[in-house]
Amino acid sequence: SDPRAVNVDLQTDATLQVDISDALSERDKVKFTVHTKSTLPNFKQNEFSVVRQHEEFIWLHDSFVENEEYAGYIIPPAPPRPDFDASREKLQKLGEGEGSMTKEEFTKMKQELEAEYLAIFKKTVAMHEVFLCRVAAHPVLRKDLNFHVFLEYNQDLSVRGKNKKEKLEDFFKNVVKSADGVLVAGVKDVDDFFEHEKTFLLEYHNRVKDASAKSDRMIRSHKNAADDINRIASSLYTLGTQDSTDLCKFFLKVSELFEKTRKIEARVAADEDLKLADLLKYYLRESQAAKDLLYRRSRALVDYENANKALDKARAKNRDVLQAETSQQLCCHKFEKISESAKQELIDFKTRRVAAFRKNLVELAELELKHAKGNLQLLQSCLGVLKGNT
Amino acid sequence: MADTVRDPPPDGTDFHELEDGEELFPEPAAAPEESQPASLPAEDISTNSNGPKQDLLFDDDPEDLFAEATEEVSLDSPERDVLLSDGPSPAITPITPPTSVITPRIGHAHDDMFTHSSFDEIEEEEGGDSFDIHISVSDPEKVGDGMNAYMAYKVTTKTSMSLFKQKDFSVKRRFSDFLGLHSKLASKYLHIGYIVPPAPEKSIVGMTKVKVGKEDQSSNEFVEKRRSALERYLMRTVKHPILLKDPDVLQFLESSELPRAVSTQALSSAGLLRMVNKAADAVNKMTIKMNESDAWFEEKQQHFENLDVQLRKLHASVESLVCHRKELSVNTAQFAKSAAMLGNSEDHTALSRALSQLAEVEEKIDQLHQDQANGDFYLFSELLGDYVRLLTAVKGVFEHRMKTWQKWQDSQMLLQKKREAEAKLQFTNKPDKLQQAKDEIKELEGKVQQGERDFEQISKTIRKEVSRFEKERVKDFKTIIVKYLESLVLTQQQLIKYWEAFLPEAKAIS
Repeated sequence: SDPRAVNVDLQTDATLQVDISDALSERDKVKFTVHTKSTLPNFKQNEFSVVRQHEEFIWLHDSFVENEEYAGYIIPPAPPRPDFDASREKLQKLGEGEGSMTKEEFTKMKQELEAEYLAIFKKTVAMHEVFLCRVAAHPVLRKDLNFHVFLEYNQDLSVRGKNKKEKLEDFFKNVVKSADGVLVAGVKDVDDFFEHEKTFLLEYHNRVKDASAKSDRMIRSHKNAADDINRIASSLYTLGTQDSTDLCKFFLKVSELFEKTRKIEARVAADEDLKLADLLKYYLRESQAAKDLLYRRSRALVDYENANKALDKARAKNRDVLQAETSQQLCCHKFEKISESAKQELIDFKTRRVAAFRKNLVELAELELKHAKGNLQLLQSCLGVLKGNT
Repeated sequence: MADTVRDPPPDGTDFHELEDGEELFPEPAAAPEESQPASLPAEDISTNSNGPKQDLLFDDDPEDLFAEATEEVSLDSPERDVLLSDGPSPAITPITPPTSVITPRIGHAHDDMFTHSSFDEIEEEEGGDSFDIHISVSDPEKVGDGMNAYMAYKVTTKTSMSLFKQKDFSVKRRFSDFLGLHSKLASKYLHIGYIVPPAPEKSIVGMTKVKVGKEDQSSNEFVEKRRSALERYLMRTVKHPILLKDPDVLQFLESSELPRAVSTQALSSAGLLRMVNKAADAVNKMTIKMNESDAWFEEKQQHFENLDVQLRKLHASVESLVCHRKELSVNTAQFAKSAAMLGNSEDHTALSRALSQLAEVEEKIDQLHQDQANGDFYLFSELLGDYVRLLTAVKGVFEHRMKTWQKWQDSQMLLQKKREAEAKLQFTNKPDKLQQAKDEIKELEGKVQQGERDFEQISKTIRKEVSRFEKERVKDFKTIIVKYLESLVLTQQQLIKYWEAFLPEAKAIS
């Protein structure tokens, strides 16, 4: 098989470029404007847009998973459902508590919650976009018909959410898969590469899960501390306006300082969320998708081995030999095809993973430095003023 | 003289019995500012202070007077006639405090008594040594076992003041000794207007853990918190020029053996202040509005009230910050471990190494957060807590001033009553009783004078104390908050160091 150039950068290919150019948040849904630019002959125009909702992304993802042709690929993980519940709840609580706080406090908190809402909104747009870009960058998946329909068909795709029966079926499929997964994981693979990958992925996936959860907790504490500093700034401001001594100027200056450092602390938490937490969450999903690939290959291997046994049996009994031979050939072919593409996919996965971690860790460190320096400068300049005055 | 206390309604209107329909103030012009009976608001000073109306009310004990008091009535309000003729309702007249001529807003006219109108002009009184004393509380040591165990603290004094026998000395004290000291000082000084710094709070839970011998982090933190609080308490106490010279303080700092403070349960600072507050509530329940002739006191009380509210709010927010910072430290440590595990399982060598470095950085950062949380607490939070407690003492002295005023008023009322009784006796033929009455009056006149002096004195003391307190407050807040900001600077500097060390590691991933 010819070595494929490893393409990590998802935006360089001009033949098909996809992005989410706009998004609208309505009461209980988000409408994404999916914008496509393509030189491929498959499309009627070179540039066009459609509006899609989250369920339609899920439909597309599931259609990939269910397609036997794609068994040998890592299916790009589906974007998580947009979740504004927590944020909406906070906004509602704020509205209820409006009477118990001053006008300034209310306005301030409202601005913050709105900023939080906007941040969540931006994130969900980004995650839906990344999914589409991964598909568009994949040499095989980008040609998928459903994908083209998704991009081009300007009517509602009418993919209603799964009904109860279908959800239950999914549940059992997953149970069977995980039971199988355990079984399959136990069988030692003859191929060293895949044996290594299996061991690696099982452990890696669990550890990413743990790291993702812990990073979320850490970031939440950070946000809480920033909120406290906000309240402290407000209290100091009130003290400053009330005091009749020298302290009034002092308090006002410190209040101003904390207002500013608070914003920086909030940014630190937000950036850690983007560069660290989101990275870990994404690779949690990707590593699961990689595991799913390994599982499919293992199933194909089991099928192949069973077909071999069946063929031996048929030959021994000299009955239905042709049928058994055909079946065995099919299974062999399937298994080899999956193995070949799986190997490449897993190599690409590693390359993508390393690049993404590098990019995000570098950006994280740079942002942490930027914010710490910003904080330091604010603190030192304020101290200069305060000490100079006393 | 007793007569100067009440103002001249001229002639004999004092002892004039009230008859129906009679005007109470036949000579309204006698009161300087109050020529029109109806025009003045109730708060203003009534010159014909104790006047005639007293008759209606003084059948019973003085105590009953006040039990019925529900409303302040100006002697000049037109409704008064109606009220009085209805019988024994309220009408306790607020009596203007000191001397002579009453002018409504006395604040500025009072220069004869208070030589200053702004507290900035009060000079420090301590002559002799400049203030040079430093106290540290250290080396907490558990003495004894089980529930009878206690912590002994070393109290070290370093000073050049001649007040002390040595320059550098230390003693061992236990917590109840500190409480005992405070209760002695409070009983001596609070009621005459000195702001006595409150002792640290008792804590049954905290102390039990220590007694039971739990050598864990929380009980160590408790001991450290207490040690620090005791040190601040002593420093505040000796910074007070009067308290510093008190023999109990000197004994506390110097003598190697201290008699065991008894029943400190009842005398914890909280308990003492509760007693003060109960007394204050009793005064308030009578709802006698003290006719505050001096706007300064009203202003200050309001100021401290507002300050109290705001400080408590700020304190709560800072406590929350301490809590969240500690959480952040714990969560960062957990993340660090998790990142290390992730690094271990990562099979790309360079990335694996970078993840391990990240884990190390986060571990150092979690320690940084822990240290910062301590800074948040010991510098910022405890400062606020101390001042919330101090304000309770401040409010206490204002309440004592009201009590002192009240006592003076009581004596005056009683004197008035006795005088009326004496007047009546003059028309009877009971020479013995008359003499007795005269004697009682003489005694009461003395009491009234003393009451006035006490009130003047406590008012004067409070003005000085408040000025000193405010100066200290400004200094404390400025110094400690600057220190706190400096601790924040250190944290940021460390953060920069850590991330700067990590950045090349991240870039080295290839």
